[in-house]
Amino acid sequence: MAHKKLLSNWGNYPAVTAEETSFRTVKEAREFIAKHDGIISRGMGRCYGDASLAQHSISTLQFNKILFFDRLNGIIECEAGVTLDSILEVVVPAGWFLPVTPGTKYVSIGGAVASNVHGKNHHIDGCFGDHVIDMEVIVASGESLFCSKEVKADLFVATMGGMGLTGLITRVKFKLKKIYTSYIRQRQVKARNLIEVFELFEQYRHHTYSVAWIDCLKGGDASGRSILILGEHALSEELNARQSRNPLTTHSNKHLPIPFNLPSFILNKYSVKLFNYLYYNKKMPKISDDIVPYDSFFYPLDVIRHWNRGHGRRGVIQYQLVFPLENSLNGLTEVLKRIRKSGMGSFLTVLKLFGPYESLISFPMEGYTLALDFPVERKLFPFLEELDRIVLGNGGRLYLTKDARMSPDMFTKGYPDADKFLDIVNKYNPVFKFSSLLSTRLNITTKQNAIL
Amino acid sequence: MTEVLIIGGTSDIALACAHFFAKHRFNIQLAGRDVEYLGRIKADLEIRYEISCRIYYFEAIDFESHKELIDNLGVFPDITIWAVGYLGDQERAQRLWSESLQIIQVNFCAAVSVLNRVAELYEHEQRGTIVGISSVAGDRGRSSNYLYGASKSALSAYLSGLRQRLSKCRVHVVSVKPGFVRTKMTSDLKLPRALTAVPNTVAKCIYLAVKRKKNVVYVKSEWRYIMCLIKNIPETIFKNLRL
Repeated sequence: MAHKKLLSNWGNYPAVTAEETSFRTVKEAREFIAKHDGIISRGMGRCYGDASLAQHSISTLQFNKILFFDRLNGIIECEAGVTLDSILEVVVPAGWFLPVTPGTKYVSIGGAVASNVHGKNHHIDGCFGDHVIDMEVIVASGESLFCSKEVKADLFVATMGGMGLTGLITRVKFKLKKIYTSYIRQRQVKARNLIEVFELFEQYRHHTYSVAWIDCLKGGDASGRSILILGEHALSEELNARQSRNPLTTHSNKHLPIPFNLPSFILNKYSVKLFNYLYYNKKMPKISDDIVPYDSFFYPLDVIRHWNRGHGRRGVIQYQLVFPLENSLNGLTEVLKRIRKSGMGSFLTVLKLFGPYESLISFPMEGYTLALDFPVERKLFPFLEELDRIVLGNGGRLYLTKDARMSPDMFTKGYPDADKFLDIVNKYNPVFKFSSLLSTRLNITTKQNAIL
Repeated sequence: MTEVLIIGGTSDIALACAHFFAKHRFNIQLAGRDVEYLGRIKADLEIRYEISCRIYYFEAIDFESHKELIDNLGVFPDITIWAVGYLGDQERAQRLWSESLQIIQVNFCAAVSVLNRVAELYEHEQRGTIVGISSVAGDRGRSSNYLYGASKSALSAYLSGLRQRLSKCRVHVVSVKPGFVRTKMTSDLKLPRALTAVPNTVAKCIYLAVKRKKNVVYVKSEWRYIMCLIKNIPETIFKNLRL
């Protein structure tokens, strides 16, 4: 069933030789789990770092059936390997949408729950996990456990954002969001600097979707210049004649391939500066409104199938941080300053205001989150440690799903409820049968934490 | 809407066929051994494609049960796809008659038992298409897998004869030779990437072969030339080759 191969996630860093096994029935999964240690579940491998890498990765991609869809009430139940992309194909024509979606539709449901992903509507709708009704998890004992807010609530809560450490998620039932068209009424607003974009986020707080593209290399008065992108699901009467002909189309788009890794010098400080200049100064009034397909609004990068190859063979590290609201301006100003000084360009820099959020082990908290990506090079690691200090100093934390290099200390300080999480992991995964390179690196699943 | 019956419904190729035909507005009927798995597949197909799907318990080597299954299908299928296959373990089969028998019975005897009945009904109706998934391994016996190969060779010969017989009554028979396919059956094998297809490609190939009334199709065209070459190597040389 298994063969060794070179595995890596979306950042292409780290890459490890590991076994990947797939299963088609619960019975097969249980047999595999009984026989192996050091297992982690893996879906589309769209987390960036080492979260779904382990000695034995168990792929959910063949366990991918949609089991139930209530077209009237918008409830869907599917197996862990079903991708958001294929859910959209089914639910959009029926007038429903994902309650929360990350910036790519090529993630599995299991992954969306294990990372408790957030989207552009976090400040209104929270994370993906907040819409889950119930799910099933195969724990270390081999039992398949049903859990929800009422039944085995501890397992339910710790699995949400638990990075697969409570067990193998096999089935998830969740609520969908009603839509009348598959289009988004989009508004783009230019902000001259960080302070202005903060004001705009506040001003447009009631908008369902909001995110900002930010120029991380521009200094001086224009530091933090950005374009805030807002969206609402469009109503039928807002569509033009052509769009109205098929208001719930899934706009199956064409893909541009990047068939191989580009040389890593293509994305450098200068090309990023040039791109940022052109993008910010594109012919656009201060405020521009459009009706756009949901695909280009939510998943602009999915059009380029392997856009991660644009960073070269050495791979890319995503660095996503969040600051508490009161420290956000300070923290971000300092981070941007540090990036500029280092001369390292982040090609895709995204800023977003999270709403208030309580969770055990999930990433979001009320405040601003910034996602940066840097091509892997030697001087990057000490530089990111500098950023770590700014993040910790301002009471912030990093997103585990994107991480490939933070220290155990950075994790425990950033996630104050890590102990409570660990207690639950211990209960369902007592000898850390389920563990990943990430959980080992962060000392989450190491001996001293095990109750033996 | 037309109906397609896929026998061996839980194999990866069968599953890919079910998706491909369902996407093209066919109702699906699946016969297989793992009824629980079939139930999940049924739910999935019905939700994704808004078609209807029926499932049946089917055991390849329970020959007695086959006639009853075919005679009692809820709706008679326009297309019947034989997607049952058992690779077996060549070395074990050399030593153990039971393994040899299993390979022969699943790949050949079961096909004859089922398709005999399907052919009879199609002949009576004067319409229908039978698709048999055979193998390039059946084109010439090789030491590494000749028991599997021999059983598939027998299947190929059977399909060829069936095609000739049924061509007189507008019933079409397609023989499919997939070559290497990345499936559960081959997950332990190291396969050369250039010659290996994915189940979706096989499904598309079968769909088009049915539509265009093809007789013998190789999923990857390279295989037609490779097998032509292999078939024409003189036996005196062939027997000393390591293939």
